[in-house]
Amino acid sequence: MHSQTTGHAVSRSRAATVEFDHVTKHYDSVQNRRGAAGAVDDLSFTVPAGKICVLVGPSGCGKTTSLKMVNRLIEPTSGRIRIDSVDISTRERTELRRGIGYVIQQVGLFPHQTIEENVATVPRLLGWQTARRRERAHELLALIGLDPAKYARRYPAQLSGGERQRVGVARALAADPPIMLMDEPFGAVDPIVRERLQNEFLRLQEDLAKTILFVTHDIDEAIKMGDLVAVLEVGGKLAQFGPPEEMLANPASDFVARFVGTDRGLKLLSLFRVGHLPMAEFPTVRVGDDAGTARRRSRTHAFPYELLVDDGRRPIGWIPDKAIPEEGALTADQAVPMSPRLDRRTTLKDALSLLLDANVQAGVVVDRHGALVGVVTVDEIAAWMRQRNASLGETVEGRDGTGASAEGGTEDRRAGPHGVDAHPAPAAADSP
Amino acid sequence: MDVIAWFTDPAHWSGFDGIPTRIAEHLVLCAAALLAATLIGLPIGLYIGHTGRAANLAINIANIGRAIPSYAVLVMLLPISLGLAPTLGYSPTIGLRIIPTFLAMALLAIPPILVNAYAGLQSVDRDLIEAGRGQGLREGQILRGIEIPLASSVIVGGFRTAALQVIATATIGAIVSYGGLGRYIIDGIARNDLPRVVAGAVLVAGLAIAIDLALAGLQRLLTPRGLRRPTTRGFTELAEVPQPAAGGGV
Repeated sequence: MHSQTTGHAVSRSRAATVEFDHVTKHYDSVQNRRGAAGAVDDLSFTVPAGKICVLVGPSGCGKTTSLKMVNRLIEPTSGRIRIDSVDISTRERTELRRGIGYVIQQVGLFPHQTIEENVATVPRLLGWQTARRRERAHELLALIGLDPAKYARRYPAQLSGGERQRVGVARALAADPPIMLMDEPFGAVDPIVRERLQNEFLRLQEDLAKTILFVTHDIDEAIKMGDLVAVLEVGGKLAQFGPPEEMLANPASDFVARFVGTDRGLKLLSLFRVGHLPMAEFPTVRVGDDAGTARRRSRTHAFPYELLVDDGRRPIGWIPDKAIPEEGALTADQAVPMSPRLDRRTTLKDALSLLLDANVQAGVVVDRHGALVGVVTVDEIAAWMRQRNASLGETVEGRDGTGASAEGGTEDRRAGPHGVDAHPAPAAADSP
Repeated sequence: MDVIAWFTDPAHWSGFDGIPTRIAEHLVLCAAALLAATLIGLPIGLYIGHTGRAANLAINIANIGRAIPSYAVLVMLLPISLGLAPTLGYSPTIGLRIIPTFLAMALLAIPPILVNAYAGLQSVDRDLIEAGRGQGLREGQILRGIEIPLASSVIVGGFRTAALQVIATATIGAIVSYGGLGRYIIDGIARNDLPRVVAGAVLVAGLAIAIDLALAGLQRLLTPRGLRRPTTRGFTELAEVPQPAAGGGV
């Protein structure tokens, strides 16, 4: 019974394009007095298939309203929303919704149903056979990291907040919808769990490649999760639409600049990784090298330290030029302790932070086996960002503010879900 | 002591005026009244609970039934019930003995059933409804699959209230010469037979308590597993993690 479907955990299904075309939602004054959700004013943008678009803005900016118009929980006053060019107002509501994953902050798991039943909600609505539903639910539980044998028969009240959020995501994925709507999906958990859930989700999305509309009020989450970010202001106006680095480098208005915050330079750094920097070959000396040769070579470059590596090119430490012995062979104990060790996946923000923290100029970048890749300095990071911002500024000019064309430059920047793998060694204050 | 003597008298346990007969009469009338009240109160309660529409209107109208004393309802309905007998073709005996009592009791039972159904549905977390709707459940599926199961204990609570009131009130049927346990009370008063009056009251109270306990059991049985207290057998076996407050699913 389960022989055909082993192998692929989740089919890589189609994604769909979602297009907002002059969408407006007004609430009359009575509804406003009742505290109705935010209005939306002439919203136009397109989310390409397979991308995460984050709707971000202060409360009352209409971001949730916009999201709920996609599965028709709210109907727009005017304008069209199209999914793969089909106007959704022409589709039957429940049928439309069964084809769109929906995750909300409060999760909304049905407390009287087991986790398995909860996950299989949409498959059940679609009339799948019991065996297939169960198989699918177990597959998804495994995918989100909850052991089906342990969790399938439990009830929501028996799960932690983070586990429930994950089940919420699994439930939304159950019928493999091309589109997911996520309304502050990680808003109700503590920051540590949130970070983990975000990373897990980004990793999932690498395989799933769904089209995702994601609502948050947290600018950091928007920058982290979004391929594209739509910033909304109160009143439901689109203030800026584009990849997050563009928003950080070139805020379209004072509002956007204020909203992303004065630390947007640092936020921008968090979008890139050490691997993005061009790393030149760095001169090294090896344990056992002749000290005289090393001393002569040290005069050929301005850097006042030599990097000592072992036979596997694994960095051991720095030898100040002045401390190189007159003669004999170089030994490991001549090197001063290591400055921060980075790897290619360390974000530039973390790299900079580690360097500043250790009060050093240069960090050593190593590969998976600990072998030297290159050296990163504070100046290099600054110079690279300067250059990048300058080139980004050129491409952004003349671009249509709300168009769908905002994809340039997103290719390689995704910082990815894998977190920081830096290994900061205790660094002496006087090392490089 | 006289009351115990009354109960131990074998003559009181058989025949048309025996305890089993009177209990049966009492229960039949109560069941009929509850059924009628359910057929009216439950759909209305579920409708206003699910849609939130016309809720105040419906609840206020229903509560009028509570406000008018059943005795007054009985007396008011009596002439109408008798008068309509020839027109509607039922026997005047039924018009006298059964219909007014039945209607007075049903009127009394509607409000708790209706109001509890409404309150039960209203108490269901809005996020669950929204999550259900967002996933593509139809309104009927939300009602049957989410709202009613989660509200079942509150809904049954309405039946318990209704049942208690109806069982107590059914005694007034004896005034219009219906049977039931009220006979002992009414006849006892007429004959100045206090043990009979007390015995009747004890029987009514005992019956009410018994039915209430049965419904409490049903209420417990209908509470969905995921919402039961962790101490409930079965649920505890599953519970390996600390329990957050059950319900809500948040």
